[in-house]
Amino acid sequence: MRTVRALAFFLLGLMVWEGLVLTGFWSHVLLPSPLDVARYLGRAVADGSLAAAVLVTIRRLLLGYAVGLCLGLPLGLLVARFRLFADTIGVMALGLQTLPSVCWIPLALLWFGQTEGAMTFVVVMGTIWSIILATSHGLRSVPPIYVRAARTMGSRGLHTAVFVTLPAALPFITTGMKQGWAFAWRSLMAAEIYVTILTGFGLGHLLHYGRELHAMDQVLGVMLVIVLVGLCVDKALFSRVERFLHRRWGTGT
Amino acid sequence: MPTEETSVQEALENIQPSKISVRGVTKSFRSSRRRLVALDDVSLDLAEGEFVVLVGPSGCGKSTLLNVIAGLERPDTGEVLVDGTAVGNPGRDRMLMFQDAALFPWLDVEGNVLFGLRLKPNLDRKARREVATFYLRMVGLEEFRRAAIHELSGGMKQRVALARSLAPNPRVLLMDEPFGALDAMTREQLYRDLQEIWQARRKTILFVTHNVREAVCLGDRVVLMTPRPGRVREQFPVHLPRPRDISGIDVARLASQITATLGRHLERVADGGES
Repeated sequence: MRTVRALAFFLLGLMVWEGLVLTGFWSHVLLPSPLDVARYLGRAVADGSLAAAVLVTIRRLLLGYAVGLCLGLPLGLLVARFRLFADTIGVMALGLQTLPSVCWIPLALLWFGQTEGAMTFVVVMGTIWSIILATSHGLRSVPPIYVRAARTMGSRGLHTAVFVTLPAALPFITTGMKQGWAFAWRSLMAAEIYVTILTGFGLGHLLHYGRELHAMDQVLGVMLVIVLVGLCVDKALFSRVERFLHRRWGTGT
Repeated sequence: MPTEETSVQEALENIQPSKISVRGVTKSFRSSRRRLVALDDVSLDLAEGEFVVLVGPSGCGKSTLLNVIAGLERPDTGEVLVDGTAVGNPGRDRMLMFQDAALFPWLDVEGNVLFGLRLKPNLDRKARREVATFYLRMVGLEEFRRAAIHELSGGMKQRVALARSLAPNPRVLLMDEPFGALDAMTREQLYRDLQEIWQARRKTILFVTHNVREAVCLGDRVVLMTPRPGRVREQFPVHLPRPRDISGIDVARLASQITATLGRHLERVADGGES
């Protein structure tokens, strides 16, 4: 029933779109019809350019995100645990989180050249700050009574950290990771649209060349793919964790 | 045949409850403006398997005393001896229960009971589960083993917390107002259950409450404490037969007597005789 409802909604959207195009109010150059977009996607799938671009983009994204996590989680732990890190790294994270990661592109190009390194750098800068902040906030919000209860049961140091503090902070950390993922995705698209990289042709580039060639069917088609990829990853990566959290914590529905 | 593994039988065996001796314990907390003496030269002895209840108004240091015995806080002076050994850190021989059940929401009911058992050496997975099942059955929640914590009522949560505390087979049970947040009917059931479990499992229990009736209903002895500074004032042995009923007339009589005594002590404090 819910699937049907969702499908009906998107179908209706497509019909309105097609209807608008059919009125002829906008030129085809400005607003291609859904069929044009579908035709472009068909061509791109057939010649393999779409799959190749998706692969390149996903690889960059996963790499940057993984680096962001590997640096962000321990740093978040330090910020939560030590005043020194809270006053330094914590403040820096708060500041840099507000900086759109596109702003890093000029520096990234200067430092890394037109390489994968520049891409990874921009993605890491996009994710790491929100992960640090969410992790430290999550760890600090753990009710102290959990730790006391664990200690009376004989839990100490590392055991407490891994089996009590970390799972207790999991809802916050998951939110942070999800936000970090969204930021990573955005940063990468900005970087790919902005920078021509010689080592790989991603979705952003596909979109960029669509603009250069004034092929709005391509622009819209790539946008659609970007949305779909984001949605799929969200479902694959986070939905299960979130369902588990909701079930155990009794939040949500 | 002797083995390295502890058998379930051994893990469930009734072990000797501890003797506790609190000697001249003083503990103060410093806030930004003043120094609060939570415990002032408190001495108290608990015999093996005795059920002692600390009563007193808020701020009399009864929870602090419990934390000191548990090893979660260190006294400024004095010491706590459990079976003749000074208490340093928290240990599995002394389990502490809180007013908030403090169950871990990321684990299910059984997972919570297993938490302390996992930290106990020489128990394999199967033995741990058997022990957990034994205690869940004891508190009447066996069929809720897979339930999430948020699905339980307040009373059920405290039952799980009780099972979790009992599972590692401690010698001492320290209970910090465990029933304070429950409704009256749930509490009365738990009074009955706790007395039964205490008799079945032979623990030394130190129970903190500010409900005098609850104290008389549960304790072999009621220890009255007064605040500012926290001191032990008087002790009342309770010789009533068990199981006791909280609404029993004998319980009520002794409770009102203790309440009257407490009132006199508090007046004296309020008169400024001490500070």
